[in-house]
Amino acid sequence: MIVIDRRWIGHELPPYEVALERGRLRAFAAAIGETDPVYTDVGAARAAGFRDLPAPPTFLFGAGLEAGSLMQVLGEMGVPLSKLLHAAQGFTYHRAVCAGDVVAVRSWISDIYDRKAGALQFVVESTEVRDSSGQLAAELRATLVCRNQPPA
Amino acid sequence: MNNSAEGLKPGDELPPLAILPVDRMMLARFGCASGDFNPIHLDLDFARRAGMPDVFAHGMLGMAWLGRMLTAWIPQGRLRRFDVRFQGVTHLGNAITCRGRIVDVPIVEGERCARIEVSNTNQFGQIKILGEALVSLDGGCPA
Repeated sequence: MIVIDRRWIGHELPPYEVALERGRLRAFAAAIGETDPVYTDVGAARAAGFRDLPAPPTFLFGAGLEAGSLMQVLGEMGVPLSKLLHAAQGFTYHRAVCAGDVVAVRSWISDIYDRKAGALQFVVESTEVRDSSGQLAAELRATLVCRNQPPA
Repeated sequence: MNNSAEGLKPGDELPPLAILPVDRMMLARFGCASGDFNPIHLDLDFARRAGMPDVFAHGMLGMAWLGRMLTAWIPQGRLRRFDVRFQGVTHLGNAITCRGRIVDVPIVEGERCARIEVSNTNQFGQIKILGEALVSLDGGCPA
């Protein structure tokens, strides 16, 4: 059975920057079936009060994965990808992030705990996303579970 | 609902959002567009080695559909918090319906808000995601 060392709590992942591009945001909107032109048409986005195409509410999760450092850290913790599931996800929003922004992403392991006599090992990653002006734009909480049985 | 926040009350429901059945193409597109390349959603061989019968949907695809339901109802700038728990695997062929129901209209940090219980359910009534969104009824955040 995999048991994750609690000493990883507080571990900081390497910070990085993500440039939000219109094409990427349009591809994301298409992939989730979004049809509201606010997410694909710059004119509609501006008419709605945005500087440019806004990133949809859950977009930043994937942008945070891009650096690959979370997967690397999980590997170092001894968690195989095949046993990993996403258990919960949370976002707190402070400011819109839009195409043209370069956002700074800082993540750390904020908690590790287990359930069911250790059969389920949980890892919580917290993330802060700051916009080009350095203001906090969003906070993310990703709870991942390493399961010792396949899910139903 | 942009101008009709006044009459909102617990029990009110958001217009539901029905999603087409999950297929492999949807997962491939979402994996590439979102940046989530976990092979368990894309690679049948990997999924089987992990003990799954087949690939299955990214949890974040289901959450993104809930996000669509929310932003179809209120401008995105009014979204303050959005939290979900993934309850079960969304399999190929699952046709998800996103639902939202107002459970409370609290004042949070001086703002009138609505707390909305959100869920994804498949065509067999199985719950795949449960969660909660907090939206401002007063206005948006800085764009």
